[in-house]
Amino acid sequence: MSFDWYPLWNSLRIAAISCVLVFFLGIFFAYYAARLPRVIKGVLDVFLTLPMVLPPTVCGYFLLLIFGMKRPLGIFLLKFGIKFVMTWYGGVLAASVVAFPLMYRTARGAFESFDKTLAYSGQTLGLSNTYIFWRIRMPACRQGILAGTVLAFARALGEYGATSMLIGYTPGRTATISTTVYQLWRTNDEKGAMFWVLINLAISTVVLLTVNMLESRQKKAVKA
Amino acid sequence: MSLIVDIHRSLGAFSLDAAFEAENGVTCLLGASGCGKSFTLKCIAGIEKPDSGHIELDGVVLYDSGKHINLPPQKRQVGYLFQNYALFPNMTVRQNILCGLHREKDRAEKERRLAEMLKLMQLEGLENHKPAQLSGGQQQRVALARIMVNEPRMLMLDEPFSALDAHLRDSLKIELRDMLQRYGREVLMVTHSREEAYNMSSRIAVMDKGKLLGMKDTKELFADPGSVPAAVLTGCKNIAAARKTGDHEVEVPEWGIRLQTAREVGDGLAAVGIRAHYFNTQTQQNRFPVQYVEEMEEPFEVILQFRYAGQQPESAPVWWRLSKEKRPREFPAELGIAPANILLLYS
Repeated sequence: MSFDWYPLWNSLRIAAISCVLVFFLGIFFAYYAARLPRVIKGVLDVFLTLPMVLPPTVCGYFLLLIFGMKRPLGIFLLKFGIKFVMTWYGGVLAASVVAFPLMYRTARGAFESFDKTLAYSGQTLGLSNTYIFWRIRMPACRQGILAGTVLAFARALGEYGATSMLIGYTPGRTATISTTVYQLWRTNDEKGAMFWVLINLAISTVVLLTVNMLESRQKKAVKA
Repeated sequence: MSLIVDIHRSLGAFSLDAAFEAENGVTCLLGASGCGKSFTLKCIAGIEKPDSGHIELDGVVLYDSGKHINLPPQKRQVGYLFQNYALFPNMTVRQNILCGLHREKDRAEKERRLAEMLKLMQLEGLENHKPAQLSGGQQQRVALARIMVNEPRMLMLDEPFSALDAHLRDSLKIELRDMLQRYGREVLMVTHSREEAYNMSSRIAVMDKGKLLGMKDTKELFADPGSVPAAVLTGCKNIAAARKTGDHEVEVPEWGIRLQTAREVGDGLAAVGIRAHYFNTQTQQNRFPVQYVEEMEEPFEVILQFRYAGQQPESAPVWWRLSKEKRPREFPAELGIAPANILLLYS
């Protein structure tokens, strides 16, 4: 019997897709939240950051409340063949919800420290707001946004709580690295669990090294 | 070419009322920091929005609260030189200037105009530098080049020298002044420095706590500021409340003296001002006994502080400023002021 690499592939796929989703959603909310009046911004901020501080199982519980098979939205989506419970793309939903605040908060921090006069001078030169956003604002906030993306990827990759609530553990279908570790340890396969733990450690180390590298480059850029 | 501005805005206890018209040449908004002068520029550029009012440039309405007109900054064609120059840090000098040329679609023409501007601004050889690698003066020239290739209908400068070292400032002032004269269109400059205002502009509008106190020719404003805030902003050190006692005579109770004036004293007089340079040991008019208090030395001048014999105790000493070589060996017992040098300040 060949070794089952499915958890690695599934974890990477979930992490990559949620990372892309969270990248755009995080930037979108960070950009618009920064322009809102203070009170609305405060309320929205709490709501958007909650998944970061809530236990992931609680996030999973809420996701089941919304997308569960007996819930109105779950029943409605099933008509189109979309089912978030016990599917691999349900894992994307769970990982995205949990990773979103990391991207949102880092991007917002980067946008808030952006020198507004750069955008203003672009406007007075007649440059379009779209051009200013992608060619001036985003490059200026590049380091912060990259760091947020890497953090979101790492968080999505290591997601366990909400994932196990929403999609459970089915070998070859919904198994991810983190749910596999738990399953193997539970069934006394310590060697198998250790193998996946080492894989996870390797990936996380690479991710954290990347973040550190970006931060030191940012410090250098600030000095220059 | 003309700019018409009439804007109002209230923000808590602060309210802004700025109404003025300006034509070709350099007009300066002179005021202390926080008086609303930068905000006025931003309203003209369309970056900020007043509560109500009207802004018009060369017959084109940029903003009108009554008619619900508020052109976006992109459509106003107003050049704005920011205090920190706002160069795009991720782009080279070349890319920064090309941002000002984005309307020009013809490649060859674009390159030609870029090369022309690089030459005019003495930036040749710096094309591929990033802004962080440039000196303050070079950054200012890149920012100006980027604005000039954009061919704005007017130019606004927000504290253009504040980001520069003092020794660079004077040579750049001359450079910028000559360039603005060649530009030949409406230039509106904001500064809190009376020297810069005097060096650069032909007209000055004084702003104080959100109010625009009228506009005058630069030399005329310094000769006759007309109000206490304008006197302070033009550098008058000695100001005291005064009362009209005759057509050419005022009483200054704080200093315990009566002064003869060359200008006719109007009703509504609030105070008089005497510039620290204008005291004289020889002048026989407005001559009163004085007592030395203390002094402060400057590189080439000295400030001597004195009190009038009848001066009220809580009143601050009067400043007399003169070049060191003109300093008398002994402090004079009496000092005079020519009647023409008494500034009449109204409320």
